[in-house]
Amino acid sequence: MLTNILRRLVTVIPTLIGVIIVTFLLTRVLPGDPAVYFAGPAATPESIADIRKSLGLDQSLPQQFLRYVDDLAHGNLGNSLATGRPVVTEIVSRLPASAELTLFGLIISMVIAIPLGILAAVKQGSWIDHTCRIVATAGVSLPVFFTGLLLVYVFYFLLGWAPAPLGRLDVFFTEPPHVTGFYLIDSLIAGEGETFMASLKQLILPGLTLGIFSLAPIARITRASMLAVLSSDFVRTARASGLSSYTVVITYAFRNAMLPVITTLGMVFSFLLGANVLVEKVFAWPGIGSFAVEALIASDFAPVQGFVLTMAVMYVALNLMIDFVYGVVDPRVRLEG
Amino acid sequence: MTDIAATVRPASGSAAMLRHARYVIGENPVTGLAFGLFVLIVVAAVIGPWIVPFDPLASDTVVALKPPTLVHWFGTDQLGRDVFSRVVVATRLDFIIAVASVALVFLMGGLAGVAAGYFGGWTDRIVSRIADTIMAFPLFVLAMGIVAALGNTVQNIILATAIINFPLYARIARAEANIRREAGYVEAARLSGNTEWRILTFHILPNVFPLMVVQMSLTMGYAILNAAGLSFIGLGVRAPTPEWGIMVAEGAANIISGEWWIAFFPGAALMVAVFCFNLLGDGLRDMVDPRRRT
Repeated sequence: MLTNILRRLVTVIPTLIGVIIVTFLLTRVLPGDPAVYFAGPAATPESIADIRKSLGLDQSLPQQFLRYVDDLAHGNLGNSLATGRPVVTEIVSRLPASAELTLFGLIISMVIAIPLGILAAVKQGSWIDHTCRIVATAGVSLPVFFTGLLLVYVFYFLLGWAPAPLGRLDVFFTEPPHVTGFYLIDSLIAGEGETFMASLKQLILPGLTLGIFSLAPIARITRASMLAVLSSDFVRTARASGLSSYTVVITYAFRNAMLPVITTLGMVFSFLLGANVLVEKVFAWPGIGSFAVEALIASDFAPVQGFVLTMAVMYVALNLMIDFVYGVVDPRVRLEG
Repeated sequence: MTDIAATVRPASGSAAMLRHARYVIGENPVTGLAFGLFVLIVVAAVIGPWIVPFDPLASDTVVALKPPTLVHWFGTDQLGRDVFSRVVVATRLDFIIAVASVALVFLMGGLAGVAAGYFGGWTDRIVSRIADTIMAFPLFVLAMGIVAALGNTVQNIILATAIINFPLYARIARAEANIRREAGYVEAARLSGNTEWRILTFHILPNVFPLMVVQMSLTMGYAILNAAGLSFIGLGVRAPTPEWGIMVAEGAANIISGEWWIAFFPGAALMVAVFCFNLLGDGLRDMVDPRRRT
């Protein structure tokens, strides 16, 4: 098991090298002179030359790359022009907000999509099967920012059930003492029930938006793999042995059908991390996505580069985790390794 | 004689294709509906600017923020511009972005993938490595990074959308070319003294082509969504230009105060377009590759 994990970890190295090269190249293809760009509008030729030297732009490209890798190794992603703070600090302080939102969205979509997919497969051709197909087709066609705005209109403006879509917590509440950075968990740890409810209310609409968005692939793949497993020999045998249909479907079929679902989660995460940026903009969510968007509009490149790198590293890590989970769920993968 | 044979054969071939198309559409009315919507989108894209009742850029503050009426079918926005005219006129830009990016990735990904699958070796290793590296990023995030780095223009949105779809096309083309590398007709062509490049262009490519076209229509919807997402966060298309993504962004602030129509109609247009392309893609796949029918 341990050697398998190590072997899988080694395969990550070329991917990470590729990611670092791409983020490096992204700054070096900036149109015009990066030194002029970083110096800002009020630059003199001397200050531009200074900046060129301090950025190491007077060196050759491989040297610049080594310098970039060295900076990365020291956790230095440059400074944000807008706030003047190091990009790493900004990203670390905003990451929990994004993570809480993304995970909440993923949980919502799994809670809805997996039972829906199972039921659609078990009762193939019934109304629930058709619902599943409609949901799956509509889900991939809905622009995520549009879903978010529709939900805001219905649940905030028309019904008044949801709070204003402005951030993680209503202004009347103070944020819970920082432990994990997840407001839901931190408020529970601090025993602040009202704060918990308030942050949950803020989280529901953006979480639901992300959930609806990622519902489609999970429901579709659950249905397809359940259908395949339900028609297999071992399920027929289990049925013939007189096991209850609950045992057959959940214990026998579902555990095997989970494998393709877990694989799809990798793709779902790619969608979720991208959609997260749009949802954060709609709901004024103070995560790393809205940080990157603000920087993009201000042509502040260091935060954008840091953001792209962080997201890519997170995505690689998530895929790695999915592989390990796969090994836990399916013992055959562990044996073959 | 040879002239007649040459002109007759493709005609009968396309007639058969047409009959088959009519059969598939008859079998699945949803594909017919999608095709109707597609025609509507193309018409709006081509003649949209001439048929709309109002100038999409003309503001008239007297009628600002009015809900839909018989005069302004989709209402007016905060500057008093007619939302219906703007939605229709925007079709062209969104359609061009989607078609251009898909055509671009079709060329890049298709050629690179076919070359990788056919030649193998280093070509394969390089193309696969590039595809893997792109896949290591959450795709929308990579598109943001590319547009930020290359500059905030519509051309770069097209390029970024093409790049993030590259792995998909390259992988399909690679797999298909790889299967056909040792096929009988390829061996025959090789034996008759054709060069490798000639085999690639005249024997492999035409066979991979139909599957790639299906892939194109399946990714068109995703391309539109991606481009609209980028312009929603303020990249690419500039403010007064009518484009669905930026129009939703402009109307977003008004949602909280109840003026739903400014964001709703461009968003709905976007949704209908994506829905149409997805259905059309499924229909096309049924036509080209009946085995993968679901």
